[in-house]
Amino acid sequence: MTGWGRTAATPALVERVSDEADVRKVLAEARGRGVVARGLARSYGDAAQNAGGHVLDMTGSDRVLDVDLAGAEVEVEAGISLDRLMNLFVPLGMFVPVTPGTRYVTVGGAIAADIHGKNHHVAGSFSQHVRWLDLLTADGQVRRVSPEQDPDLFWATAGGMGLTGVILRARVRMKPIETSQTMVDTDRTPDLDSLMTLLTETDHLYDYSVAWIDCVAKGARMGRSVLTRGRFARRDELPARKQADPLRYSQSVKVSVPDVFPPGLLNVATVSAFNELWYRKAPKRKRDQLQSIPTFFHPLDGVGAWNRIYGPRGFVQWQVTVPFGHEETMRHVLERISSSGHASFLAVLKRFGEGNPGMLSYPSPGWTLALDIPVVRGLARLLDELDEPVVDVGGRTYLAKDSRVRPEVFERMYPRIDDFRAVRARVDPDGVFTSDLARRLSL
Amino acid sequence: MIDALGSVGSLLLVGGTSDIAVATARRYLQERPLRVVLAARASARRGAVAEELRAAGATVEVVDFDADDPKSPERMVAEATAGGDVDVAVVAFGQLGEQEQLARDPDAVAALARVNYVAPVVVGTVLAERMRAQGHGTIVALSSAAGERARASNFVYGSTKAGMDAFYSGLADSVAGTGVSVLVVRPGFVRSKMTEGMPAAPLATTPEAVAEAIVTGVRKGRHTVWVPGAMRWVMSGLRHTPRAVFRRLPI
Repeated sequence: MTGWGRTAATPALVERVSDEADVRKVLAEARGRGVVARGLARSYGDAAQNAGGHVLDMTGSDRVLDVDLAGAEVEVEAGISLDRLMNLFVPLGMFVPVTPGTRYVTVGGAIAADIHGKNHHVAGSFSQHVRWLDLLTADGQVRRVSPEQDPDLFWATAGGMGLTGVILRARVRMKPIETSQTMVDTDRTPDLDSLMTLLTETDHLYDYSVAWIDCVAKGARMGRSVLTRGRFARRDELPARKQADPLRYSQSVKVSVPDVFPPGLLNVATVSAFNELWYRKAPKRKRDQLQSIPTFFHPLDGVGAWNRIYGPRGFVQWQVTVPFGHEETMRHVLERISSSGHASFLAVLKRFGEGNPGMLSYPSPGWTLALDIPVVRGLARLLDELDEPVVDVGGRTYLAKDSRVRPEVFERMYPRIDDFRAVRARVDPDGVFTSDLARRLSL
Repeated sequence: MIDALGSVGSLLLVGGTSDIAVATARRYLQERPLRVVLAARASARRGAVAEELRAAGATVEVVDFDADDPKSPERMVAEATAGGDVDVAVVAFGQLGEQEQLARDPDAVAALARVNYVAPVVVGTVLAERMRAQGHGTIVALSSAAGERARASNFVYGSTKAGMDAFYSGLADSVAGTGVSVLVVRPGFVRSKMTEGMPAAPLATTPEAVAEAIVTGVRKGRHTVWVPGAMRWVMSGLRHTPRAVFRRLPI
């Protein structure tokens, strides 16, 4: 099996589990190579792989256990997807508190990767909306942990990539919404400086914001981008015909990509052409455009298995933060990428708000840049070189995306790694929970 | 773990003092620091190699390995993997032997067969079992172009390499789908301590070139590489040369 990037495949015994008893049974059978839980496998790298060991397929454990409509809280099993949560609860006026660029992630995965979304600057990351979670630890106990109850274990599990135990259930605070439509403003910015200025000055006015950035354009056009920002619309903002059913929600996968693409299809020439089109087709400035949830939040989910367009060699996502005050590092990194000849057509820039106490939680105040790059010769060295200036200014890479960071560089990126290791040593002294990611980085 | 871009985290060198093994470690260290396990007989050279690789940024572990001792491979692999998975294991030990002595000395023939054939296939068996259990890893076997068609001037050596080459080629197929892969490397004449004082053959190569071919072959998931690449076509020609002609060739 592989992650979303389709790289570094390894075999494992996959056990589909639907409840606590199933998980216990697999734990009892696991020998030597350990266990890790896997959700919908949207981590790009090797987080949900366990070479030679057991992998728990959690997607069968997807029941809703309790709903508090007045308090906007749901209690769910960890294998439930954000897609299903939206199908069930958007019509009832509740949206997930945080969603990444895809709704095909599980609640367990969302906690384990402590995912963020376009609203990080106002709402923080997913774990900050978790009232508590039930964690099955290596000793077979189920522990209910929360920021109040065993905070160390909670903040090691939030962002802990499944290495503290199996998240079985969680109670999540949802976001009340009046409608299923978003009110979106779009701005095209001609270069990186104008983008950063615009974001710095006006980001706080929006609940959600993200910029698509052209990482192939060079010179004066470097960093040109399309910035989209929005919030959920109020009922009275909808056109009259929609006001009768303001929470109507539907989504679908329109087409799926067949597994027939050759390696090298996405190269600098094709990506430049795509980026040019994408930039030109965006309006220069547009205000108060109503968009559906899938259009605004999950445009790529309309295409099934889009990771296949990268061909059999797969791709990596390089996502890093650079703290505020080090904008020149972000500029330097983007210059290196745009002049490197590597083709990235999905590049995203966003401003993060405050971080949280998660020991391996990714978001921290600053800029976050994410790039998808096809695997080609020379990429390992380029990314190793780009990590250096990032880590030097206190930036870091996102474990849910990583598939290649140098272990010793990772150690410098996450100064609280030893706190994490201490919690793991306490709850899992024999290292039953492990993964390819854990082995690669000696977590 | 070998990562998404083919970078290697840990390297086991069986026959860790051979020139090709050391060149391979140096080549990997040009990319990233990594864990290197040197498996070799205790010697001053082993210590010197360990020091050199440490200075180049490696975390070095040293374990004993004696190709003459049938119990050594299992012990060696257990010790080498005690500190973590091995991503790439290079089976790089072997001897050339003196053809003239081998023609007269059955004990020397048996000894060469043990070192060049028996020990490598036992090591391969133990390594493959270990790597199947860990679910990933690449075994690199240093074969030789000499094994492609044994010739009068060094047929004992050639026959041992032919045997180990066949073993590792078959092993490669037997581990398909387990996450483990096997790369058989067939260099021509390599200028190294093994061939010191011998006149270089045509297409002679260097340990550094072999190391480069190993690193590239592992990264690309190849099953066979020839060094230099042209050796493949030369040996293919020689293989199909009529015996009467082949016997008279000055090789």
